[in-house]
Amino acid sequence: MTQTTQDTHGRPAGIDARGPRFGAGVTAVLLAVVVLLGASTAALALLTLVAVSFLLGTLAGPHRTWQGWVFRRFVRPRVGPPVELEDPRPPRFAQGVGLVVTGVGVVLGSVGVIGAVPWAAGIAFVAAALNATLGLCLGCEMYLLLRRLRPASAGR
Amino acid sequence: MSPSVTLAGLVLLTVLLGLVWRSRQGAVRDPGPTAGAVDWLARLRESGVEPGPRGTFVQLSAAVCAPCRATARVLAAAADAAPGVVHTELDVEAHPGLVRAARVLRTPTVVMIDGDGTEVARSSGAMTPAQAQAALAALGAGATQDPTGGRTA
Repeated sequence: MTQTTQDTHGRPAGIDARGPRFGAGVTAVLLAVVVLLGASTAALALLTLVAVSFLLGTLAGPHRTWQGWVFRRFVRPRVGPPVELEDPRPPRFAQGVGLVVTGVGVVLGSVGVIGAVPWAAGIAFVAAALNATLGLCLGCEMYLLLRRLRPASAGR
Repeated sequence: MSPSVTLAGLVLLTVLLGLVWRSRQGAVRDPGPTAGAVDWLARLRESGVEPGPRGTFVQLSAAVCAPCRATARVLAAAADAAPGVVHTELDVEAHPGLVRAARVLRTPTVVMIDGDGTEVARSSGAMTPAQAQAALAALGAGATQDPTGGRTA
């Protein structure tokens, strides 16, 4: 028997959980290329593309990114319909974390600290690769820690 | 350091972190130093949950936690099969004080309490049915050590 006191109501419509994981794999490959390009303008351009994708995923949802489109158009027809739909909020949170990390790299790179570009890409690469291969859930690991950093008044 | 060496190092780091993370997922451990800092029975009743006479899986979940739902299913099934044990899921948004008092840092975190409200085991991350059974076993062990624990029969 399960007694639930909160939350189960008002969940947004579910999405295919394999979509965000596939997207994370694509993103990890792009971030690996950024690392390989080193501290260069080409690396900054590619990291900007990744950051814009994260922005899209954060604002519109992970299934509305171009990676999500590629998954639906080319991958899903081959792997069949999902067994189960999942809440889009956890991968959306992860997209936000990716946006912050790559965004810092893009901003620093744009103001001349080009050495920050491969660093930001490297950190985001580790998270994206763990998400794609093992299903690491960033919201699970980071949400409560981030809440703790907020002033006590905001966290009640 | 050349970029390709950097990338190789990152891949190695990813593999190591992944192995550590996976091995700790859902692992049942002894209650931490905060055991006893929380009056679980009162907290549960405040939230409108009647604790199980033998024990309760208290699962702390969040909206941004993907494996929380699967863990809830695993624990609900384990509780169904264990007489006197219930499973309850509390949202961290609604219980910030409890999250702080119990030092919960990740979701899902599952606190196994016995019938007296004592924390006997704890686990973080997605749980398998075998790990749910390990948490239930902690309940049994705690009860046999406790001379007043005759309620478990």
